[in-house]
Amino acid sequence: MIDKKWIGHELPASVLPIERSRLQFFAKAIGETDPIYTDQAAARDAGYPDLPAPPTFLFAAELDSGASDRLLTDLQIPIAKLLHGEQSFSYHRPACAGDTVTVRSTVSDIYDKKNGALEFVVKTSRATNQRDELVAELRTVIVCRR
Amino acid sequence: MTTPTFDTVQVGDELPTLQLPPVDRTTLALFAGASGDHNPIHIDTDVARRAGMPDVFAQGMLGMAWLGRLLTGWAPQSRLRRFDARFQGITHLGNAMRCSGRVVEKLDQDGERCVRIELQSANQFGQTKIVGEALVALP
Repeated sequence: MIDKKWIGHELPASVLPIERSRLQFFAKAIGETDPIYTDQAAARDAGYPDLPAPPTFLFAAELDSGASDRLLTDLQIPIAKLLHGEQSFSYHRPACAGDTVTVRSTVSDIYDKKNGALEFVVKTSRATNQRDELVAELRTVIVCRR
Repeated sequence: MTTPTFDTVQVGDELPTLQLPPVDRTTLALFAGASGDHNPIHIDTDVARRAGMPDVFAQGMLGMAWLGRLLTGWAPQSRLRRFDARFQGITHLGNAMRCSGRVVEKLDQDGERCVRIELQSANQFGQTKIVGEALVALP
């Protein structure tokens, strides 16, 4: 069982500099062909200062930093038993190439179902930019199959 | 893109469907690198089999990114206020996902006129893999 002492645990902050080439790579990987996601001039014409990060991109922050892996290690969740249960984003302002986004997360809940056969970890996150403005809030539910 | 407006959009309206090609290993490898999700279960068949899976399978966030494309193809991303997904099943190699959305409510949220959209991603066999919801503010 995952120790409930981790409820309230704060993950180390993850700093993600948003790079144009990474956004272009992400667009290619998801098959995004709208030029605002790959072409700076098209992004500017659409009112963005540079390429906007697509809606789910900020999930990368804690993967890149290693904070996600560290959390799984701390909670003793083997990666083979891991499932992504739910994911939510609330958006406050765009994040674009050239911005540096910092994601700070807290383990907000841990519970189980089916007599412990399924365990759930809820992580809530705030993503802010280099001006300390709120960019997005994230909520992640990870599931561990025993 | 013509931005939909609050007055022209009606409850029951469907968003233009997004049909994806069948999931292949190249897509999974590219998404692993681009998303930062390097979990080998999605890119290394040996690891997937040791974990009891028949083969590698798609990252959940790849499916959610496709639903994101459905949304931003319909209305500009700057109008997206909320985007939620529940992962209900594993998307396997060869699954050709169809992303669909339907307007289910028109509402006022924090002083903005918004529509609530129900989202779904299903494969060619009609198996739902992701259900979700989005809130989009419309002019």
